[in-house]
Amino acid sequence: MAIERFRYDNQIVRMFYWATILWGVVAFLVGVIIALQLPLPGMNLGSPLTTFGRLRPVHTNAAIFAFVGNGVFFGYYYAIQRLLKTRNFSDVLSRVHFWGWQLIIVSAALTLTTGHTTAKEYAELEWPIDIAIAGIWVVWGVNMMGTIIKRREKHMYVAVWFFIATFFTVAMLHIVNSLEVPASFLKSYPIYAGVQDALVQWWYAHNAVAFFLTTPYLGLMYYYMPKAAQRPVYSYRLSIIHFWALIFLYIWAGPHHLLYSAVPDWAQSLGTVFSIMLIAPSWGGMLNGLLTLRGAWDRVRQDPVLKFMVVAVTAYGMATFEGPMLSLKNVNALSHFTDWTIAHVHVGALGWNGFLTFGMLYWLVPRLYNTKLHSLKLANFHFWIGTLGILFYAIPMYWTGVTQGLMWKQFTDEGFLQYPNFLETVLQLIPMYYMRALGGTLFLVGALVMVVNLVKTAKQGSFEAEEEAEAPALEKETAPVVVGYWHRWIESRPIQFSLLALVAVLIGGIVEFVPMFVIKSNIPTISTVKPYSALELEGRDIYIKEGCFNCHSQMIRPFRNEVERYGEYSRAGEYVYDHPFLWGSKRTGPDLHREGVGKLRKPDAWHYNHMIDPRSMSPGSIMPPYPWMAENRINYDKLPAKIKAMRSIGVPYAEGYEDQAVEDARKEAEQIVASLKQSGIESAWDTEIVALIAYLQKLGTGLNP
Amino acid sequence: MYVMFILMGFSLLTATGFLLAYLWAVRKGQFDDKYTPSVRILFDDKPRSKQLEKDDLEEGGS
Repeated sequence: MAIERFRYDNQIVRMFYWATILWGVVAFLVGVIIALQLPLPGMNLGSPLTTFGRLRPVHTNAAIFAFVGNGVFFGYYYAIQRLLKTRNFSDVLSRVHFWGWQLIIVSAALTLTTGHTTAKEYAELEWPIDIAIAGIWVVWGVNMMGTIIKRREKHMYVAVWFFIATFFTVAMLHIVNSLEVPASFLKSYPIYAGVQDALVQWWYAHNAVAFFLTTPYLGLMYYYMPKAAQRPVYSYRLSIIHFWALIFLYIWAGPHHLLYSAVPDWAQSLGTVFSIMLIAPSWGGMLNGLLTLRGAWDRVRQDPVLKFMVVAVTAYGMATFEGPMLSLKNVNALSHFTDWTIAHVHVGALGWNGFLTFGMLYWLVPRLYNTKLHSLKLANFHFWIGTLGILFYAIPMYWTGVTQGLMWKQFTDEGFLQYPNFLETVLQLIPMYYMRALGGTLFLVGALVMVVNLVKTAKQGSFEAEEEAEAPALEKETAPVVVGYWHRWIESRPIQFSLLALVAVLIGGIVEFVPMFVIKSNIPTISTVKPYSALELEGRDIYIKEGCFNCHSQMIRPFRNEVERYGEYSRAGEYVYDHPFLWGSKRTGPDLHREGVGKLRKPDAWHYNHMIDPRSMSPGSIMPPYPWMAENRINYDKLPAKIKAMRSIGVPYAEGYEDQAVEDARKEAEQIVASLKQSGIESAWDTEIVALIAYLQKLGTGLNP
Repeated sequence: MYVMFILMGFSLLTATGFLLAYLWAVRKGQFDDKYTPSVRILFDDKPRSKQLEKDDLEEGGS
């Protein structure tokens, strides 16, 4: 067997890990800023660019796709070459992958702060960027598949399986959830509406957690943890079983984000059942990781790399136990829409993803520079301050979640809501919000200490961009050709086999599902629910642009306390024209689904004053002020294109309506201008605030016109 | 609610794809050996000789 000599590409690893560090610091910093914006509305800095509704998606996208995304890629590029004993398939693809991904991140930051968003959580980016993401993702996939095909190691280690599953599943999720019709450059509407949009979105978002934050990181755990501990993984058999079980079960669990919503009961139950089953494979992974350290626990005391990894895997175990518990309907009734969810995701993000990344960095950087870590002391300091940061973050958030959930539900003996004013339940949380900001700051300080440590490590060593390696060539398989048995041919050709299998599966899918597309949906329609008027549509786009859905839900669950507080519970048929759905996932402020009807309806002037300065109407409110809405004019030239886009996805605007839409909007706006004038407020008809008021007054009128 | 069926279709597709991939992997002998792969990754062999001819460094050269 000939020994082949080749080189590993360490340069691409270095590019990705510096990007990980840079975007990590950015994500943590923005996180601290928005954490402070809750108790201190002044931290919104009076600019639309830095207001909570726009910065929160910047934080989540930076944490998930910039920090963890680059973390996946640096870990992958180092591990895959060594696991498969070959250089990456193509250096050019690696570079295109790197620069493309960074460009996507920069364009995300620019578009999100300027208010271009689809309003779908963790899929906020507008259609041109969606296309770029799909393209760059495929570049990575081609590079990966090419590397696998030219491997010198026949056996694919379990980490490789996890990388493959990540690529295919995220590609599918991203494409299905991003199907949208452009109305202009940087403005689009999803083809799905209301309940259906919600289902697709949370199917995507849940599996983004599964296949972007979990499976690739499990792959990394299976490589870096044994390497750092210098011990084989506890059970290779377990790793195989939990891999297949995990990817099979995860894909079904999405509807647990929509418990007690207008989604059908059976779909909710399906989500819950699969979520409970997920404990088994998740804990299989956690135990396999922890038990890898059997006989090496003494080294955990001394080695910061192992410390980070142990806490990371422990956090994974806690988060994957908590997730199924939160999927139980009775627990979810209390936890949903509160900070409990926020605590849950941060145990996963800060603990599992954050700490595993830090552990990998402390292990990898000295190796790439042929040196030792600059300072073990600083790394230990990072470990402790980071752990404290997670605790100071998570515990206050659990506290606020339970506190607020209970306060919302509390009735007096006489049968009235004990806290009818939503604001009361918010003010109770303020001290905890400060604690959370402190926790985030500690975590950020730890990361900054790591930057210093890693830069100094790099300076004292010498970087080996091209690492020499050698391995025997992979022997060609020589399957005996059995004449007369045609299937033998396909058995020795995996790619053709996979393609044929895929075609076979697709046929079944197409036969079964095309009728579903063609036959009109059977959501119970409500005859009084009408499409948004031209002005309301513009107002809704302002609501989306400012990210109001980040803090306000539009989904009244069928509980006595919610019906008492907000009005009749929400029906599926009310959302049939909602492209996109705006149910929200967190109630930092009250639900707005019946804002325009019943006891919640307020005069136009109230909304005007409230948007300019929320504290003038609700003393103590933590909502940011939006004074620019009274100044900014809407560009009504774009309205006809929006109407046409909406009609193309099934909203029944009459043929030719786009020609009179602007005139229509103007007429409706003049009425609001007149009503504002009666309260002594002068406003032009085409300001953003007039359209927003029209939209807010429309909310809930579908059911009670 | 038809989107529910589409999503279930996609989920089934994925699940079926995973199942086929699993069967394929088993048939190709990927899981025949459930011990040595876990040990093999721990060793990153350094080349026997660091003094390699420059020509030999070409990708895949032998």
